[in-house]
Amino acid sequence: MTCPSSFVFSEEFTRYRFRDDHPFNQQRVLMTKDLLEKEHALTDDQIIPPRVATEQELRLVHHPKYINAVKRGGEGLLTESEALEYGIGTEDTPIFSGMHEASSLLVGGTLAAIDSVLQGKVKHSTNLGGGLHHGFERKASGFCIYNDGAVGIKYIRKHTDYKVLYVDTDAHHGDGVQWAFYDDPNVCTFSIHETGRYLFPGTGNVNERGLKEGYGYSFNLPIDAFTENESFIQLYEYAFRQIVDYFRPDIIITQNGADAHFLDPLTHLCGTMKLYEKIPMLAHQLAHEYCEGRWVALGGGGYDIWRVVPRAWAQLWKIMSTGSPFNGPLPASWKDHWQSKSPVQLPLHWDDPAGSYQEIPRKQEISEKNQKILEKSMQFILNQKKFNS
Amino acid sequence: MKVEEIMNKDVITMSPDDCIETALKLLNAHRIRHIPIVDQQNCVIGIVSDRDVRDASPSIFDDPEQSEQLNHPIQSIMTTPVTTVHPLDFVEEVAGIFYEQEIACVPVTRNDELIGIITEKDMLHTLIQLTGTNVQSSQIEIKVINKPGMLPQVTQVFGKRKVNISSVLIYPYKPDQNYKIIVVRIQTMNPLPTIEDLKAEGYEVLWPNLPGMTS
Repeated sequence: MTCPSSFVFSEEFTRYRFRDDHPFNQQRVLMTKDLLEKEHALTDDQIIPPRVATEQELRLVHHPKYINAVKRGGEGLLTESEALEYGIGTEDTPIFSGMHEASSLLVGGTLAAIDSVLQGKVKHSTNLGGGLHHGFERKASGFCIYNDGAVGIKYIRKHTDYKVLYVDTDAHHGDGVQWAFYDDPNVCTFSIHETGRYLFPGTGNVNERGLKEGYGYSFNLPIDAFTENESFIQLYEYAFRQIVDYFRPDIIITQNGADAHFLDPLTHLCGTMKLYEKIPMLAHQLAHEYCEGRWVALGGGGYDIWRVVPRAWAQLWKIMSTGSPFNGPLPASWKDHWQSKSPVQLPLHWDDPAGSYQEIPRKQEISEKNQKILEKSMQFILNQKKFNS
Repeated sequence: MKVEEIMNKDVITMSPDDCIETALKLLNAHRIRHIPIVDQQNCVIGIVSDRDVRDASPSIFDDPEQSEQLNHPIQSIMTTPVTTVHPLDFVEEVAGIFYEQEIACVPVTRNDELIGIITEKDMLHTLIQLTGTNVQSSQIEIKVINKPGMLPQVTQVFGKRKVNISSVLIYPYKPDQNYKIIVVRIQTMNPLPTIEDLKAEGYEVLWPNLPGMTS
């Protein structure tokens, strides 16, 4: 099934760069686009440029004082104590020259993707430069300065009466977006992530369900460290179907962080490439079933930029635009181009061969624990069905 | 941390002459489990728990018409004397009282006047805050030799990296008394450089660890 889709891209995305040795590296987006072009799966007419988000648009989520601090930070005019108050100048989110402009472009990329879907030009759109889900109203955190996903959702709510479902499959809890809409019944957030018991940010418990009118419109599945494909996919598919049927959104926004893979250095989940086929497959299917196809996919985490992210995000686009994943060997020309720059051996195939990682001794126990988490999370919907039907 | 920092100042109270039915209604309306009984000077003279009130209420199997026991004054079933704490007491002392006396609530008094209340729930909430999970952070567990001076050595590693520590917990390493575990929550999404520093200094990092070794 070929679907009209748009791919937001600009070489300028790489201006969002903290330090040479920082794990967040937007070269991933360039590598993904190159991989897609070498597979002849992305054409020039599908690519749209990002725009620069206006200050007014940033203010849909962020405080003017914070925006001003980011601006001054990027110009080198911020004192250390001022910067720390806004979460910038830390080890995670250091100050860099032109940070406001670079961050505004990522937000503008997400707005361009949203515009192309809202205006009916395409069914789906993706901005792999976005998905910075840890940004707060007046604080940067976890490599995120402006929260493009939250700004995008506010933008949709401002210009339409669409109900928005936000689905976050990054290995870290999508806290910034969740808190931005915690009391909003028209925006439902759903995040599946490694438990915050050890991993940043520490939130995303099953009992975080929303506040006031927003109660019952926030869902979390904090899965155990070392969770593998089967358990992750089973929880994701069951919960996503339940939530979409309960909430009946008009548009789906997905955050497609690619850090739940076993090779990711920052997390402890053990997914393989199979995960990055299944995740967009279902989002695609449900967008057609419930939202007339309206689906905007964002990037996010993903810190093995050589072996994981390009393959994962290329699959996202392939499934979005054609409905089916790539398989077989990767194009030799792509490998030849990037191998010399890579500190690790690049993969040969689209999928990961069986036995790629050490067997997990407590697999059974982990799956069972995750199953309990799923039951707890979904109990709310089951109760609604039982008592309100 | 002192009692005055975590106590609830908004206390629902009753007079000794109020009836048991009022207590039942208050417990249900405010979703609470304890009500201090105060005299006209606001001194605590007794306390009732939801269990006391339920024991004094008619059974659900009884005829609702015969519910006159609900008209008895609350002082007839209240517990007295009452264990109270002072606002300047430490929360650890309250935890000790809860554990030793097997109770779940203490009124807070100053000059014998009621000014607040602390329940098990407040204590648990405080514990959650002490573990540092209420701010964005990652957790690292380090096994160190059980001898003086280890903590400053370990925290120095974090200091060099300019990583903000949101909480520190230390507990014995059960399999071997010669070691202890230091649990640190740090405000960073990328603890890898810090972990490498710790390993370079010769510390054993228990978490993040190998698959299947989770505790």
